[in-house]
Amino acid sequence: MELSRILTQALAELIAPTTAAIALAAIGLNLHFGFTGLLNMGQAGFMLLGAYGFGIATISGAPFWLALLISLAAGALFALILGAPTLQLRGDYLAIVTISAAEIIRMLGRATVFQEYTGGAAGLTGGSFKSTFQELSFLPAPPERGAFGPLEYVFTGSDSWWTRLFAWAVVLIAVVFVWLLTRSPWGRVLKGIREDEDAVRALGKNVFSYKMQALVLGGMCGSLAGMLYVLPRSVAPDAMGRSLTFFAWTVLLLGGAATLFGPVLGSMLFYAVYMLLRAGMREGLEGVVSATMVEQIGGLLVGVTLMLLVIFRPQGILGNKKELAFDAR
Amino acid sequence: MPDETTENKVTEVSDVPEATDVPESTVEALDTVERSDTEAAKAAEHVLAAVEPTVGVSKPDPILVVDDVQRRFGGMTAVDVDHLEVQRGVITALIGPNGAGKTTFFNLLTGFDKPNQGSWAFEGKPLGGVSAAKVARNGMVRTFQLTKALSRLTVLQNMLLAAMGNPGENLFGSLVKPLWAGTEKKNTEKALEILARFKLDAKKDDFAGSLSGGQRKLLEMARALMTDPTMIMLDEPMAGVNPALVQSLLHHIQALRDDGMTVLFVEHDMHAVRHISDWVVVMAEGKIVAEGPPKSVMQDQAVVDAYLGAHHDTDLGDDSLLDPAVLARLEAEEEKR
Repeated sequence: MELSRILTQALAELIAPTTAAIALAAIGLNLHFGFTGLLNMGQAGFMLLGAYGFGIATISGAPFWLALLISLAAGALFALILGAPTLQLRGDYLAIVTISAAEIIRMLGRATVFQEYTGGAAGLTGGSFKSTFQELSFLPAPPERGAFGPLEYVFTGSDSWWTRLFAWAVVLIAVVFVWLLTRSPWGRVLKGIREDEDAVRALGKNVFSYKMQALVLGGMCGSLAGMLYVLPRSVAPDAMGRSLTFFAWTVLLLGGAATLFGPVLGSMLFYAVYMLLRAGMREGLEGVVSATMVEQIGGLLVGVTLMLLVIFRPQGILGNKKELAFDAR
Repeated sequence: MPDETTENKVTEVSDVPEATDVPESTVEALDTVERSDTEAAKAAEHVLAAVEPTVGVSKPDPILVVDDVQRRFGGMTAVDVDHLEVQRGVITALIGPNGAGKTTFFNLLTGFDKPNQGSWAFEGKPLGGVSAAKVARNGMVRTFQLTKALSRLTVLQNMLLAAMGNPGENLFGSLVKPLWAGTEKKNTEKALEILARFKLDAKKDDFAGSLSGGQRKLLEMARALMTDPTMIMLDEPMAGVNPALVQSLLHHIQALRDDGMTVLFVEHDMHAVRHISDWVVVMAEGKIVAEGPPKSVMQDQAVVDAYLGAHHDTDLGDDSLLDPAVLARLEAEEEKR
């Protein structure tokens, strides 16, 4: 009985909107790291900015698609600001700048100065910015519910089939977009830059411009992922901190960097196993460890997994081992 | 054209060919290299025969003119070139002992470093302060001393990457395959043709990272050719290459000239340049100390001094060095230089 409930919970994670959101964030990271070799350690900052962009625009009366565009533009602008000074320098500088910039965004979100817009540490409540999204639904209106196998949700609402449908549709579009880009000569230039940017420069390509394009596109994936991430919940700055960035990195490395479906597979597997672990611990170790400790142990295991992945299977599940063998840098 | 035996070694370096034609050392390998007797080679020799072998001499048809270029690192002047002209369509070797500033000078010319002062013009167009990518787009393409093969790209991808003006390299153009499929096909044909010339066509689908050091040098040269350069700049093409491959590399360099390109290459080994270059420029301590045809420039006193030191034949164990008068004379000589 308990087992089937745990398995259902894990199954639900496979298609959860959060899984889709992190898959999209990892697709953005894949454009950065997998294809271009850029170390973006602040993807959560892009996500938070996208979430704020969407939320604040909607609250001030923008229609859904405009709010979506504003969310994308926020990510693009953030990428431009971060990239302009750092992309001329060695890769490490981008990593340092992005990790601190993401923290700055979170701190600014929490700050009381902008409380009027961001809601401070409490954030933006879900009800305040989701109406335009839910009005878009063509599925039956609440409280109509629908079941698919063991999974049952309302058709339209926060944690609904509509949210799942929309989130995965966006992920699908992003995968197709990345496929179109990376099979092209443009994608080949990115891979060249990943290998050795001086060599590519010597062949007459404007390396800075390509790196900037990759950073902006990946950042826009990140901000859109942020929007997806908050659709079933509220915008809370502290829920989108460094740990979210590392979740996205784990997802990317688990699935396989520089692969097309790696981020999607990685995200599904990551969240299903993560849920399985936590639910299993909650049931199996009941009375031994408390619910909060389960969360902490879960987080700890994510860190250990990330380390083990990098050491023993750096190419991830879908990556090409042979390809990685030449990483002599 | 290179003969069959030397060419085969490009792909079969690990094989053991007949003992008789395996050069034991690089010097031996170089001695067996013959100057190609094509029209281009003869024309190059002929046109340069009339040029006076003095530093900064003007050439009949210079493709690159350098004026007063200086690069300082702190108090050290790494490059200080007053005037240099590089003749079009010939192989010019830039030699000098280690630390002479050859590679720094190279980096300046190709936009990988910025000089403290000076200007230079390539085909009449000033290139000072122009970015490395633009320099390459203007037709001056370089290779690197430490080979930069793009390891996790296949050999063919390495080649295709180098092609210029592909509409698919534009972000928006890349999304629509029909826009670039034609260019890609044409480039692939051209790439395979060049790869065949370098005997790398069998390796086209291998990752560049799996090639041997010498093959990477060849790939880098082939890749540079994909850009249709007017002038090709090779930074120590022979460094770290096994003797068997050196011969074939030298043949390839001569073939570049015979195809109408201008070649400027850096080398610190005097032997390497003697056989194939049409003109030699010698650098020492950042300055150009001599230039001229390979045969005569090696006899130049300034070159001998640069390589061996001005007092290389002075016996340090000689008791006469203890004589203050002799020391004073030597010091005076040193001052004059």
